[in-house]
Amino acid sequence: MGLWMIEFHLDGRSGVSPYQQIVQQVRNALRLGLLREGDQLPTVKDVVAALAINPNTVLKAYRELEHEGLVQARPGRGTFVTRTLTDNTLAAHGPLRQDLRRWLTKARKAGLDDESIEALFLTTFRSAAQEDIA
Amino acid sequence: MNTVLQAHGLGKKYGRRWALTDCDLEVPAGHVVGLVGPNGAGKSTLLNLAVGMLTPSAGTVEVLGAPAGAQQAKVGYVAQDTPTYARLSIADHLRLGRRLNPAWDESLAQRRIQHLKLDPKQRAGKLSGGQRAQLALTLGLAKRPELLILDEPVAALDPLARREFLQDLMEAVAEQELSVLLSSHLVSDVERACDYLIVLVDSRVQVSGEIDTLLATHFRLTGPRRDQKDLPRDQHVVTASHTDRQSTYLIRTGQPILDPAWTVTQLTLEDLVLAYMGRDVQPERPVLEVQR
Repeated sequence: MGLWMIEFHLDGRSGVSPYQQIVQQVRNALRLGLLREGDQLPTVKDVVAALAINPNTVLKAYRELEHEGLVQARPGRGTFVTRTLTDNTLAAHGPLRQDLRRWLTKARKAGLDDESIEALFLTTFRSAAQEDIA
Repeated sequence: MNTVLQAHGLGKKYGRRWALTDCDLEVPAGHVVGLVGPNGAGKSTLLNLAVGMLTPSAGTVEVLGAPAGAQQAKVGYVAQDTPTYARLSIADHLRLGRRLNPAWDESLAQRRIQHLKLDPKQRAGKLSGGQRAQLALTLGLAKRPELLILDEPVAALDPLARREFLQDLMEAVAEQELSVLLSSHLVSDVERACDYLIVLVDSRVQVSGEIDTLLATHFRLTGPRRDQKDLPRDQHVVTASHTDRQSTYLIRTGQPILDPAWTVTQLTLEDLVLAYMGRDVQPERPVLEVQR
């Protein structure tokens, strides 16, 4: 796969399905700027041959990325990146991130340890999501 | 939809023992099917029935829309331990393949032998286990079958040879229009390579279906102790265990789980297979191994 911009790796112990791992790795590469508009994703055959995984797994991942508008399949040529994720992520969310940092400092001052902070965040996140549905 | 394998009430009896019973299957084309189960569960029996090397004692089995064994040219078979002719050279094996198979793809065979860096003059008996498996796979692929059946193809291989074998098999699936049915007693092989699963335990099919669908419809429920009969009717219990206060169920359901008392967890493929393997199907199970 040396000629491609990125290589995929599978973590068998992660509990994340192989197709989702591929989707996440492409998204990450887009966020980090490793993949840019116009870049070609590795062909299904090359991914399959490198990872010993089912071709349908790769196709499914690429279809999902296409559905999200991140890549486009060009018949007979391959799958190409159509959009980047670099601009609307970390840089754009700087203010939010600062708020979160301030909140974290407060939480620590209040005596919460890592696990409690995570638990507090998750329960709040979930109940907020519930309220949005209701 | 085209089916590669269709079985109705299929059964096979050796003497007085049923090696396979009440087998109903309908496997659509275009999949890599993993047939999983412990040793002696009846995996080889099912595969041998599918290739027509065994005749059913009960029921019917159709392969690619015709009775099993009727379309030898369209079905490739790599038997357990990837047998080859020890005294024949690799070139001899290819010559045999060419003579015996109407759709033989000589350039594919040559390309693979080159890619594997094998010497055509070498006798098959001198090959390593991994090389022998690759030779058997070469013969199976160059036959250009619509369905390739492999019985425990990687069981005897070391991790590297195992990976290389599965890489080549998956590459062939991506290149050719090929359905694959392979048996294994290791979930890890199946997890990467297969997208369709059949679990066979104690001569019976316990569950079969597309792996994505199976994973999306099986859940582990844990919560305060509750009787099985109090579960909603659409929740089929695969396994259940109880303490004085707590119940843990592994269920199959197509419906959302609404009861807030349960903590619901998704299963990994290994959890799912182990659940079906571990449940008590027939307590009076005979402990005979099927002839291999």
